[in-house]
Amino acid sequence: MSVIRPAFLIARKDLVRRIRDRTAILTAVLLPLGLAYIFSLTLANVDDAGFEATYAVADADGGHLAGALTQTLGAIGSVTVEPVPDAAAAERRTDDGDVDAAIVIPEGFTAGVEAGRGAELIVRTSADASIAGLVATSVVRSFAARLDAVSVAVAAASAADPGADAAALAERARQLEPSTEVVEATAEDRVFSSITFFAIGMAVFFLFFAVEFGVRGLLEEREDGTLARLLVAPIPQVAILAGKGLAALLVGLVSTTLLVVATTVLIDARWGNPIGVGLLVVAGVVAAVGVTALVSTFARTAAQAGAYASIVAVVGGLLGGTFFPIASAPGLLGSIRFLSPQGWLMEGFTGLASGEALRDVLVPAVATLAIGVICGAVAWRRARAVVAR
Amino acid sequence: MSDPSTRSRGPAPEPILRCSGLRKTFDERVAVADVGFEIAPGETYGLLGPNGAGKTTPISMICGLLARDAGDVIVAGRAVDTHAVAAKASIGYVPQEIALYPDLTAEENLRFFGSLHGIAGDELDGRVSRVLETVALTDRARDRAQEYSGGMQRRLNIALGLLNDPALLILDEPTVGVDPQSRNAILGSVARSSDEGMAILYTTHYMEEAERLCDRVGIIDEGVLRAEGTRRELVGLVGEHDRLRIDADGDLEDAADATRRVAGVASAAVAGGGLDVLMRDARGALADVIRAVDGAGGAITGVEVHEPNLEAVFLHLTGKALRDEA
Repeated sequence: MSVIRPAFLIARKDLVRRIRDRTAILTAVLLPLGLAYIFSLTLANVDDAGFEATYAVADADGGHLAGALTQTLGAIGSVTVEPVPDAAAAERRTDDGDVDAAIVIPEGFTAGVEAGRGAELIVRTSADASIAGLVATSVVRSFAARLDAVSVAVAAASAADPGADAAALAERARQLEPSTEVVEATAEDRVFSSITFFAIGMAVFFLFFAVEFGVRGLLEEREDGTLARLLVAPIPQVAILAGKGLAALLVGLVSTTLLVVATTVLIDARWGNPIGVGLLVVAGVVAAVGVTALVSTFARTAAQAGAYASIVAVVGGLLGGTFFPIASAPGLLGSIRFLSPQGWLMEGFTGLASGEALRDVLVPAVATLAIGVICGAVAWRRARAVVAR
Repeated sequence: MSDPSTRSRGPAPEPILRCSGLRKTFDERVAVADVGFEIAPGETYGLLGPNGAGKTTPISMICGLLARDAGDVIVAGRAVDTHAVAAKASIGYVPQEIALYPDLTAEENLRFFGSLHGIAGDELDGRVSRVLETVALTDRARDRAQEYSGGMQRRLNIALGLLNDPALLILDEPTVGVDPQSRNAILGSVARSSDEGMAILYTTHYMEEAERLCDRVGIIDEGVLRAEGTRRELVGLVGEHDRLRIDADGDLEDAADATRRVAGVASAAVAGGGLDVLMRDARGALADVIRAVDGAGGAITGVEVHEPNLEAVFLHLTGKALRDEA
């Protein structure tokens, strides 16, 4: 007998049992939806009437692209842009807490971009202003993403026609995507609301709980004696593992998709490009199943596996910034999030929500997927020992 | 139900199960040592031993649930090592613990495991109905297993083992902790399965079940198969006699003398208004004894045959009782 049919049968049986378990629906859908709503209500004033931010801008470039960035920042409602003379002053103002974030535009920025060499923008955020810092980071990242597109166009054209005038090509490329579009889009779309942030956070956080039953289920089957029945059935042993994994993947996909749709319809969360969201959802589900499966293989009982998976979900969720916008935190805290798949998912989802292009979520999606595949592969090897005592 | 020890058999058919030299150690503790036996179609083989004797370990190795240190297992002509899926298709397994999905109905449990055996459509419908009828659960087919009593869950546990119409049905202590009514239902379905031609491997620590169901019995203790054979062969192995109690009036001394001359009689003594006779195969020679007593002028008012049981055999072979509470 092939692996596919019995794997589907086992997955179908697990899904029927899952649907009948009302606590599962609570954990996978209702709880994250409710929490996202409560958080967004609690922080509604911050996002709407109460949101104010001051950004220091050190413009050592003085070019038109630097001006466009400053204009972009200034176009955000309730944001005050405060010019400062240099990077040191920007750093000082941020560290002293006088501004929420500082943006340093280095000398030669405009020329570098237009020549296709690329350039660097520095965003320094205050530890006391997480949402405002996240907003600044998102806006600058989006701006840089647009400039990257221009730079790539320039570089490609130059390679094809070495004699071309790079600055003229850059101007042509820029005309294809007018810079005013950046400015216009930023004020309304690139800054995502706290509702969207917490909808994303809760979806990512609870995804790891939603899929946990699938891998824990193997230990439950062993404890209930039904694993012995499955093993005596005339099916390949790998079909059992495949069925469990498939059920977990489906539950993760369905519950996360439901959350995306529900938060969009019910609480007006804006997730961004649907294709990018779909890509990240798939990568996230694979990662959740892989990581959860791996930690479960270290457990001796289903209860222990559940506890391990919960610890990983909570620690990974906190580390990855599902509750707090840790992405804008300075130093190690802002970087350590990438150790967890939740951190990569938050990076991808918040990027999409802030208007980043589809290609900009590829790195987070691939990183998330890679974590899932690696953990899943190790878990698979270890789980085979569970079924083959 | 026919007496298993008196069932007639034709030419010895090819065994459905053939296992030999089974050995398993756990952390240097020998759980099973050199266990082997064969079971023919329609034969019920009992593994009789107390708790912890090593009954479940051979079953786990036969079903492929536990790796063996040594030994061979062939089911329906297929080695479980090299043709695992095909060999397992011939096995119906009833584990000692109740192994069901409590949140699925009886019918759903049966359909799921039936599907894993590749049974589908009308055939699956028919088999589900048949096994539910066999274990008398047709009326409760659409109730979730968690709503069943312990005895009903045991019966469903057995139905799952019967579902694929296996050539070899393996039951590991299927009546532990069940009420007498369910126990009778379980034993009845096992006997019917045997009558239908299934080879059955049945482990138990209940001597009565082994005597009632099994054509042959293997006495196992501390992982070693101490002896095997029919009940009569095992009893003969330890030199035990049947005891015949005859209540009679008349000249009992003459009756005793006449009885002693019957073939197979070891002793006959007058006791309490009757005769106590020790002999081999009391059932077989009962007519001769009755004729002898009658011929000596005795008026028989009652006859009781007491055959030595497997409990006595086990005690003789191992020096300990079959059950802790015995």
